[in-house]
Amino acid sequence: MSAVHESYTSPPIQTIIEANSYAKGLNLSELWEYRELLFFFVWRGIKIRYKQTVLGVSWAILQPFTTMVVFSIFFGGIAQIDAEGIPYPVFSASGLVLWTFFSSSLNSIATSITANSNTIKKIYFPRITLPISQMLTLFVDFLLAFVVLLGMILFYQFSNISEVSVALSPNIIFIPFFILLAMTTTLGFGLWLAALNVQFRDVKYATGFIISLWLFITPIIYPTGLISPQWQIVYALNPMVGVIDGFRWALLGYGTPPNLTLLLSFVVSTVLLMSGIWFFNRMEKNFADVV
Amino acid sequence: MSNFALRVQGVGKEYQIAKVRQHETFVEQISSFVTGPIRRASKLLRGQQTGAAELDDTFWALRDISFDVKVGEVVGIIGKNGAGKSTLLKLLSRITYPSEGRIELFGRMGSLLEVGTGFHQELTGRENVYMNGTILGMTKRDIDLKFDEIVDFAGVHRFIDTPIKHYSSGMQLRLAFAVAANLEPEILIVDEVLAVGDAAFQRKCIGKMNEVANEGRTVLFVSHNLPVVRQLCQRGILLDEGRIVIDSSVETALNTYINSGITGQNGQMLWNDGIADEGVDELSVYAIRLRDDTGEISGTLDYAKPYTVEIEYELHQDIFNFAMGFSLHSDTGELYFYSFDADSFGYEQHRSAGKYITSCEIPGWFLAPGEYNLSVTANIVRVKWLCQLEHVLSFKLHETERFDPLQEVQRPGILSPKLAWHSETYSKVR
Repeated sequence: MSAVHESYTSPPIQTIIEANSYAKGLNLSELWEYRELLFFFVWRGIKIRYKQTVLGVSWAILQPFTTMVVFSIFFGGIAQIDAEGIPYPVFSASGLVLWTFFSSSLNSIATSITANSNTIKKIYFPRITLPISQMLTLFVDFLLAFVVLLGMILFYQFSNISEVSVALSPNIIFIPFFILLAMTTTLGFGLWLAALNVQFRDVKYATGFIISLWLFITPIIYPTGLISPQWQIVYALNPMVGVIDGFRWALLGYGTPPNLTLLLSFVVSTVLLMSGIWFFNRMEKNFADVV
Repeated sequence: MSNFALRVQGVGKEYQIAKVRQHETFVEQISSFVTGPIRRASKLLRGQQTGAAELDDTFWALRDISFDVKVGEVVGIIGKNGAGKSTLLKLLSRITYPSEGRIELFGRMGSLLEVGTGFHQELTGRENVYMNGTILGMTKRDIDLKFDEIVDFAGVHRFIDTPIKHYSSGMQLRLAFAVAANLEPEILIVDEVLAVGDAAFQRKCIGKMNEVANEGRTVLFVSHNLPVVRQLCQRGILLDEGRIVIDSSVETALNTYINSGITGQNGQMLWNDGIADEGVDELSVYAIRLRDDTGEISGTLDYAKPYTVEIEYELHQDIFNFAMGFSLHSDTGELYFYSFDADSFGYEQHRSAGKYITSCEIPGWFLAPGEYNLSVTANIVRVKWLCQLEHVLSFKLHETERFDPLQEVQRPGILSPKLAWHSETYSKVR
């Protein structure tokens, strides 16, 4: 009785539903009100993600690290890409762990609305909880992979397996900032995809394609240094450039400290998130009619 | 503090009707392959809602809807299929948004538009209770407090920690309803959820709804089960073709509803242009008639003699597993029975396109004297409804003879069957 009883005595919350109006920004107070739903969506996502799989949660680690092995053999070994001062496996793994979070989140955010069409047609809740919860579900995978990455770096640091030395950098205190920036970019772009996918199912197919191309314009396989200076600014328009470079800098003290490039990435991903929220809110009201 | 629970002012909802363009020739198909994406994209840019289909027409599912509901009122919303009931509930529960007008809600709104929303087969009963409750707007603390009551109500104690994929569908429905029934918002919207489970569980559900209604909660209730509407609600709003026809006491609204369909009272109801549900092009129904035992069309029949329900219709295409039939109701809308022609002809059969007159004989000495009405219903079995014409033809069974001619009053009961009795004398002492 508790919650209801209290609201009977206090003035009731008033909701106004009007034609042609939509929230311009993120309705944080409503999101807070629905925090338990967000929590349960994430919890459900985690619970059912690896149900009926043999390897279970190891998939979270297998994916980035198998890719790392393949990249190290082909790009680090055969193609002789120079990781500029750190062992290639550490270089690519540090990029891939965050990249895997970005790409798998985008994939599942893009279909988050259409995959829950039954719920959307039956009940009201802030639709934005779906993309956010998808991302947070995959963030758990990221955390696992991140712990393994830390172990890998420490292994390289304290064994003599590689002639170039690697060490965990004190910059690591800035790691949360770069993870947040990765989330900003992911959610910003993801919101566009999720809302568009309701209208155009092409988006689902396009997403995978865009992500695989995006990999090549991001310093995962090769270091940013390979890009000629006059193109650096254009390159940095891809917000994932700042995210990945910053992540490596914070983790390993690798590359240049945050500079104008990072600022540019920061601006681009903020714009992406704000426009994503705006577009999502605009489209949200028709989800139940169209999906 | 205002004592309104909700106010609806001039609300309308416009939908676009999707029409798939027919491409006659190969050249058209090829050219549409190129022009299609451009056309679809330009429609989106103009702000139209398009899927892959071509959108030309629009229609108003609801128009000029205005009404207020006071705190504690229990309002029944009735009307034919397609009258706009579900759209109205969807607007009130914020699932979809009005094209015009304004809705004000005072208080937390909970809606039961379908039970089991968010149920996931891989999760256990317990986990689903929490998930589903949260989606419906309960807090974790609410659910903690209500948990035992929910499990009790659903009667699934032993299996509460089993994944629900191992539940029977009946158990899943019971659990889903139990969660929903324990919602405690100030305004509750209910749509047909009582139609789940077996008769005993349905009675339990109706009891629960009664309890909710008596607690002084504001309830909006949509159902085709008219006796339940009558039992639960004080006020009735009748919708037809997206507009409010009548908004008054539940008795008046129900009577208007039951009688509004009935235009042919003299034993026949005709639709010269053919009729079927919105969007159905497989079927047209032209007439429903009642004939007495001499073959005359009549709305007043002798309860002691057989009479025939006759439905005239046309199938525009061959249909597999088609069933045409009717339901018979009391004059207050209570359902007595359904009967389908496939009961005689067999299910899982092909019915070819063409015009048909199908008829069903109802025996004499079966229904008691009184007033009744018929609804025409046709469907592709377990696939979709093609036609639900509710309460379209009323008729009267008059009393010609009594079992006991000297008896002064009519024998009570819904049925008055003349059954075969046998008796023999015996002499042995038992």
